Amino acid sequence: MTKFLSRNRHTVQRIGFSLITLMAVLTVLPIVGTIIYILVQGGSAISWGFLSGFPHDGMRAGGILPAIIGTLYLTIGTAIFSVPLGIAAAVYLSEYAKDTQWTRLIRLAIINLAGIPSVVYGLFGLGLFVLFLQFGTSILAASLTLSIMTLPVIISTAEESLRAVPQAFRTVSISLGATRWQTIRKIVLKEALPGILTGVILGLERAAGETAPILFTGAAFFLPRLPQSPFDATMALPYHLFVISTQVPEMPIQIQYGTALVLLVFVLTMNLIATVIRSRARARRQW
Amino acid sequence: MNKILIENLSLQYSDGTESLRGVSMGIRQNAVTVLFGPAGGGKSTLLRCLNRLNDLTEIKASAGRILIDEENILDAKTDVIALRRKVGMVFARPVPLPMSIRENVIYGLELAGEKRKSKLDEAVERSLKLSAIWDEVKDRLNDPAIALSGGQQQRVCLARVIALQPEIILLDEPTSGLDPISTGKVEAALLELKKEYTIILVPHSVQQAARTADYAAFFLQGELIEYDDGKKLFTTPKQKKTEDYIMGRFG
Repeated sequence: MTKFLSRNRHTVQRIGFSLITLMAVLTVLPIVGTIIYILVQGGSAISWGFLSGFPHDGMRAGGILPAIIGTLYLTIGTAIFSVPLGIAAAVYLSEYAKDTQWTRLIRLAIINLAGIPSVVYGLFGLGLFVLFLQFGTSILAASLTLSIMTLPVIISTAEESLRAVPQAFRTVSISLGATRWQTIRKIVLKEALPGILTGVILGLERAAGETAPILFTGAAFFLPRLPQSPFDATMALPYHLFVISTQVPEMPIQIQYGTALVLLVFVLTMNLIATVIRSRARARRQW
Repeated sequence: MNKILIENLSLQYSDGTESLRGVSMGIRQNAVTVLFGPAGGGKSTLLRCLNRLNDLTEIKASAGRILIDEENILDAKTDVIALRRKVGMVFARPVPLPMSIRENVIYGLELAGEKRKSKLDEAVERSLKLSAIWDEVKDRLNDPAIALSGGQQQRVCLARVIALQPEIILLDEPTSGLDPISTGKVEAALLELKKEYTIILVPHSVQQAARTADYAAFFLQGELIEYDDGKKLFTTPKQKKTEDYIMGRFG
């Protein structure tokens, strides 16, 4: 009887593990499937001309250079606004702010900011930056809109990385005659930097791939030349993909998938950089 | 000669824990003064008042004065940065900063604005020698300090304090996590150091207190019960409570 029970238990355990393994594999399938599918469908479109040329024939031929450059500009623009602001906010919350009603309110706001649908950011950006501040449909307005969307990610990951730095480092540094700011600059920020960078890249990566926030604030359907200033509108990869997939009849499918592939590579490269930074820092960390 | 004069010092933390009640004592220059007693007696709190590290903690109320070289360091006008350079501290757990041995030792000096390499090198050698660790690390000053053993780390932490050329060194159970040999080395270093510095030690055991004390103060629940010459206090304590504690009747 006991023998039977124990065998039975082993069987149950084996079935359980198999199920869990299956689930784990299932979660990997969509990402692998997507990459392979897009690679197969769009791989043939990739050429030097595709990457470095302008679209022509009503975007049914030619390249996607202005969209690539535009996404690059938007990503950099977003970084310019969101990175300093986000890190400063995280330093304030982690190092200076005491736990009061006020800081709890700030934290609540940040959490809720992360939950707002991206199209709402787009509409907000249209109202504030494009119309009220009269930046027009421009790289500037789109970058600012994307920055607001990216801030919560940067602030929360940065704050988490700062808090992970052992409290004892701060105490010791202060006891050796450092000011609070010197301690933050020389020890805390330095140690938290890899974690902060990871958060920054992940936030920017999301910004680079978003369509809705730039739809009303900075994205152009088609431009015959590259943007000349932050006040120009720009083409961008995700919006271009949307346009050629839905707005242009008789669009060659390779160009659609080729564009998707470029966007995917752009975003995954950023992801890879973040992963490398994180694992290197983990290996080198002295605590 | 009294280097430090504590007058009627009382302190209560915001969460109501460990506090000091009306502590008054003078602390002699160039001697090891030991503060001992059961946990929660206020020894660490007292240490952290002396370099104003308690500024980092939330305090409900405090009263009294601490005079170092006849200046009240609890005064709001005190330059706490200068104070902390003058009153160094070694903690219970060695905390090497995440940098090399050399960088650890010169951390405070660099913050104080010393840039000359010759001066820094000199300070590194001098303070590591005084901490009895020079021979063990002189060939690998640029290795991360975390790679050292616990006992070595603690002596580097001591060197880091000495490098600032303080006048007073506070040690809060500096050997609590160390093996007997490392403990012996740290204690030997203290004997050397007291020639130049005023040392206040919270020992990790009564034995260590008895071994190292020139003067000893027994603390119980925030009050200073007895304070005397070390030899006298450990052989013929005047207070019953002190005697009971030394004899191991309570802990």
